[in-house]
Amino acid sequence: MLAKRIIPCLDVKDGRVVKGVSFVNLRDAGDPVQNARFYDEQGADELIFLDITASHEKRNIILDIVRKTAEDVFMPLTVGGGIRTLDDIRDLLKAGCDKVSINTSAVKDPYFVSRAAEKFGSQCIVVAIDAKRVPGIQFDTTGEDWFDEEDLQEVCLRMPPRDPFTWAISTHGGRTMKRIDAVQWGRKMEKLGAGEIMLTSMDKDGTKDGYDIELTRAISEAVSIPVIASGGAGTLEHLYDALAKGKADAVLAASIFHYREYTVNEAKEYLRAKGISVRLS
Amino acid sequence: MIAIVDYGMGNLRSVEKGFQKVGVDAQVVSDAKSIENARAVVLPGVGAFRDCMRNLDALSLIEPIAKSIASGKPYLGICLGLQILFTESEEFGNFKGLDILPGKVVRFRIDLKVPHMGWNTVSLLKRPPIFENILDNSYFYFVHSYFVAPAEPAVIAGMTEYGINFTSMIWKENIVATQFHPEKSQETGLRILRNFGDWVKKA
Repeated sequence: MLAKRIIPCLDVKDGRVVKGVSFVNLRDAGDPVQNARFYDEQGADELIFLDITASHEKRNIILDIVRKTAEDVFMPLTVGGGIRTLDDIRDLLKAGCDKVSINTSAVKDPYFVSRAAEKFGSQCIVVAIDAKRVPGIQFDTTGEDWFDEEDLQEVCLRMPPRDPFTWAISTHGGRTMKRIDAVQWGRKMEKLGAGEIMLTSMDKDGTKDGYDIELTRAISEAVSIPVIASGGAGTLEHLYDALAKGKADAVLAASIFHYREYTVNEAKEYLRAKGISVRLS
Repeated sequence: MIAIVDYGMGNLRSVEKGFQKVGVDAQVVSDAKSIENARAVVLPGVGAFRDCMRNLDALSLIEPIAKSIASGKPYLGICLGLQILFTESEEFGNFKGLDILPGKVVRFRIDLKVPHMGWNTVSLLKRPPIFENILDNSYFYFVHSYFVAPAEPAVIAGMTEYGINFTSMIWKENIVATQFHPEKSQETGLRILRNFGDWVKKA
């Protein structure tokens, strides 16, 4: 039976892991490769490097990290952040990464996703959707209506979410809102060739308050490609809820693993006891 | 030396580094001569079946690979390297494979998410040399939307359940091939690569 996946996520800035594994005897807590090895030994199912380096000129740094990681750690590796061109993707895949995660570039040009999928195969194209609850405005169902952006930004950022609500997508780490319905966008991305969706709730991200289960479930049921839930994990029960109630295929978590609140294996033992299919070695 | 065939499909680096990690001499090559000289061939690859055959054809590698297999040298196919052994694939209409083994490559028609992506178990029907010291029902990493349906059930070495039971490993004489990715399957996967290296030494 296919196991639900537990995926630690590491933020990498200028070649260094920020907020990485703490309270562990890593010789160098900022070293991405050591962090990756740590999670490999813990039985993580995949690993994601999120490159938050601001400058596009420094892309060779992440390539170097991927190369070194791929020499040492033999598990699926996804890299997200700052991917703008087909060459960026090719370079990452050649360096030894298996999937790339695309967000802003997909919103700027949805057909970038289809070109990438055609060239490299859907299996390595992950579309990252950052979604935020907004008041129940009627969105364009094609997901292509992005006029009136400023107006929406006002609405989204100033008004508290209320019922009826929907989810709009955002880019640039939640700083920009788009007039695009997140569920429709997920469908569209699947149609254009995305192989997987990495779904982050911008309302829940960093809260440790639990994933947005309704959002996760809405997208997971709308598409027929795997969905990784992200944003808000604070307890093991949150992981369970995202997988069981949110119907996610995988859960991404950062701080609960980095700060050693739980190991990946502990999380899996908990999930297995609650009837979730996980891979335990 | 084991030849890892590079034909522009996917992540070969992990395969190369995986062999290196377990001390097996394997090199990435993309020319006929190197395949001819090698003691064994590894054909990895993810992506589209059609592009895979086209790229192999463009590099004139189809014949050298078929020859190497016919001469009895060990062959390890991974993912697409398994699929192209068969007669044809229904991906993009119908596309011809190497036709070394009779059978078809078909798409999942199930009520589950496709691609089949993640860790799943392989239950053994028979134990090929690459499964030495690996437990039945071990987990391996999969990522694919198509699977092989061999016409000769005797070649099936392992099955995996995802909506249906599909063939996840085949073994026939010197040919062994997996739908899963040993190079992405942590310790158990590296064990497969090491076992293949040992098998090549004995062959």
